[in-house]
Amino acid sequence: MDNLQILKLAFIGAAVMLIVIGLYAVITKRNLVKIVLGLTILDNGINLLFITLGYINNGTAPIFSPTVLEKFKTTEAASQAMVDPVVQALVLTAIVIGFGVTAVALALVLRLYRHHNTTNIDEIRNLKW
Amino acid sequence: MKKLISIIFLLYVAYHLFVIFYAVPFGSNELASKVGKFYLNHSPKDLNVSNTVTAVVVNFRGFDTLGEVTVLFLASTGLGSILFRRREIHTKLSHLRSSVETSEIIRVAGRILFPLIILLGVYVFVHGHLTPGGGFQGGVIIATGFLLLLLAYRDFTIEHRIITWIESLAGITFVGIGLIGILLEKTFLENFLGTGKLNELLSGGIIPLIYIAIGFKVAAELTGILDTILSISVEKTEN
Repeated sequence: MDNLQILKLAFIGAAVMLIVIGLYAVITKRNLVKIVLGLTILDNGINLLFITLGYINNGTAPIFSPTVLEKFKTTEAASQAMVDPVVQALVLTAIVIGFGVTAVALALVLRLYRHHNTTNIDEIRNLKW
Repeated sequence: MKKLISIIFLLYVAYHLFVIFYAVPFGSNELASKVGKFYLNHSPKDLNVSNTVTAVVVNFRGFDTLGEVTVLFLASTGLGSILFRRREIHTKLSHLRSSVETSEIIRVAGRILFPLIILLGVYVFVHGHLTPGGGFQGGVIIATGFLLLLLAYRDFTIEHRIITWIESLAGITFVGIGLIGILLEKTFLENFLGTGKLNELLSGGIIPLIYIAIGFKVAAELTGILDTILSISVEKTEN
């Protein structure tokens, strides 16, 4: 098993673990704040998975800084050794959307707490029959 | 029992996720996506922007970023409307956020650190096209500076009218730059300024301008959200 295999195993394993831990919190926890935290962990797992899929062997960050240009001389040569910028841009978008979702979810939790004086979803029975 | 069933279910989900994504080629010697190659080739040549991610976010996919900023705006508006409560109750409670005074160390350190944090945030979003970072990250850093003040001083309030003005002006700047692009170069958000030289501060045409606008907008929105959430004292108001 070479270095690349270990890297692949570690990153995809970690991403899947984060996704599953987040889902576990969403499914089994009864506290609304913990459910929102689970959603955030799930979000981070998916972002890590995206970033992992954009990796190329020995790639650097997709930034043409003076040091990189000095090492590779031309921008064409430098762009051969760079990881995929598309996934990084998508993850930037996803992080911001995830933040918005978390903020609104926490606001709803606060609102529910104000009405029911509890964050346990078993005790909020208005919609149950 | 319920936990056992969910653990078995999740292990099944995890196994299949892992198998699917392990089959995707990883760490090959060339980029798999043609789009990524296109961006890497055209960002330093046509736009003279060294940070390709910034070029993708602000120029190649600039319209998408406008939608993203709109989502953030909707989140902060939605938060305000969900947590809205009548003025007289609000003012009675919110001038002191907590009953306990914070310690001297936190107050003094907050006052010293606040301008430095703002400076770092401004640096990050002004250099968004040269170094890692950009408008969103810089805005978040500035908002953490305000969070520090909100936590250190329990009577520190943020004027929501000023925040709304900053937010609106930044949004108008973004859309206005896009509309000038229509007038001068036929498409929305077209890069109509000179692009300068690679790795200089004044390069990339409209990209730094848009990222500065986004930085102000994100900072104002996040500060507003933090102030809205922190100014609620739930325990004292029984409905």
